Amino acid sequence: MAKLILSMDGLVLKEIPITKERTTIGRKAHNDIQIDNLAVSGEHAVIVTILNDSFMEDLGSTNGTLVNGNPVKKHFLQNNDTIELGKYKLKFIQEQGAQPAAAAADFEKTMVLRPSAMKAAAAAAAGGAGAVAARQAAVQQAAASAAAAGVADKDNKGAQIAAAAAAAKPAAAPAAKPAAAPAPAAAPAAAKPAGQPLGAIQLLSGGNAGKELELSKPLTTLGKPGVQVAVLTRRPQGYFITHVEGAQRPTVNGQAIGAAPHPLKDHDLVEIAGIKMEFFHKH
Amino acid sequence: MNYSQILEIASCTDPGMVRSHNEDSIASDPNNGLVVLADGMGGYNAGEVASGMATTVITTELAQLLSKTQPYQVDQESKKPIAEKLIRDQVLKANTSIYQAAQSQAQYAGMGTTLVVCLFYDNKMMVGHLGDSRLYMLREGKFSQVTRDHSLLQEQIDSGIITAEQAKHAQHKNLVTKALGIDPVVEPEIREYSTKPGDVYLLCSDGLCDMVEDEDMGMTLQAIGGNLKLAAQQLVQMANDNGGKDNVSVILVRVLREYPAPRGILGMFRKG
Repeated sequence: MAKLILSMDGLVLKEIPITKERTTIGRKAHNDIQIDNLAVSGEHAVIVTILNDSFMEDLGSTNGTLVNGNPVKKHFLQNNDTIELGKYKLKFIQEQGAQPAAAAADFEKTMVLRPSAMKAAAAAAAGGAGAVAARQAAVQQAAASAAAAGVADKDNKGAQIAAAAAAAKPAAAPAAKPAAAPAPAAAPAAAKPAGQPLGAIQLLSGGNAGKELELSKPLTTLGKPGVQVAVLTRRPQGYFITHVEGAQRPTVNGQAIGAAPHPLKDHDLVEIAGIKMEFFHKH
Repeated sequence: MNYSQILEIASCTDPGMVRSHNEDSIASDPNNGLVVLADGMGGYNAGEVASGMATTVITTELAQLLSKTQPYQVDQESKKPIAEKLIRDQVLKANTSIYQAAQSQAQYAGMGTTLVVCLFYDNKMMVGHLGDSRLYMLREGKFSQVTRDHSLLQEQIDSGIITAEQAKHAQHKNLVTKALGIDPVVEPEIREYSTKPGDVYLLCSDGLCDMVEDEDMGMTLQAIGGNLKLAAQQLVQMANDNGGKDNVSVILVRVLREYPAPRGILGMFRKG
């Protein structure tokens, strides 16, 4: 199932699964995706989805629609395409398995190799081939039969849904995605956070004042165990600070943070266990 | 014995970034020192039915039995702790329930589930598992995998056809050689391990270990293991940040102190 991730200024606002044949986007309330901003026309654009293919169509909006930076009237959406309406961005994400080419070959998810199937294959491969070779043959067989019958596989559902849709049962669409990730929804399918600017902190007080620490690891803990500890996490959408332990919470620009991960901006002032430090992006 | 003061347990489960629903199921019974994690498979909703049946059957049946028997007592037949028999019998019971449901109802045909179950008692734990869900351990700063997957990939690694490094890029990560509910009988792998105060145990579905390197999991537990709930959430978040291609589930268990079985007056003498 494809989905759209709505963001503004790099901040993810919402994740919208595409479940309908027509998904409308616009400022007015009757749209499937309402963006209440004057730069967005009342009925701005529509995404038409037929089986696994989605098309974006501008509905004659005042300010136009960009896809990957180019103004378009009609566009065949591909995975990771970015649609722009004013300051808002919609990233189009297509579940890989839903792509028709992948559907046949891809059986990414877990299936059971049944001993019975393996025995059958072993018998078939009776030419003295080793047990392992027989087993590999069994895999193919098991995979093939499982794929055919939809048996015992928690295969990517794209393929199955595609099959169901092809069987003219659009009502069999899966339930909408429940609430997204536990934290502010991450940009999915993002690679390692390598594309992010590297962050660092410089200590401003305490015995090590002036010292700089690069935040190259996925997470870095700071503070005094037993007193106050915070963790800085490096994620695809940037750096976050989270309270780990201690009665007092760390502060960012003088404000104590809540229980949820707090995003860090360039030149934020952080205080952990009485030590002041500055977070910044290395350029 | 009530284990809620001996074990600290935190868990987190999430559908991930790609799938529309969660076929994993987790359960814990802090009073009885029991945790269970299952990763279901099978078309449409059958996977979550299978994993849900597995965790429910095992936790409720074991809770009943543990109110009558002590897991550390020795089974007269096998000369092993009764815990082993308790787990084996309940795993088989869950297997039968799932298998029969799959046989009798068309929409559940072919469903099954992986399983990891840990029962803590007498400074030890009995671990049962099936399929590619895993148990890891952090002890004295060292992070290691405890269970070995029942998967084609693991068999190939064991027989030397491929290396662990090659396995990371293998095509058929998804093929498990054992699972619950697929056949009328199943042989779970059950082993006993001794535990130490300070140990942190991590049960996870393949949605975590396929997306996050072991090294990063270990680092997370070491860095923020002090806040177990946060560590569980952080692990799930890392899997999602790396693509979250599958449902992700994590149960963390920390051993807070020694918990030897009461051994009567004689035992106390010896200890003293």
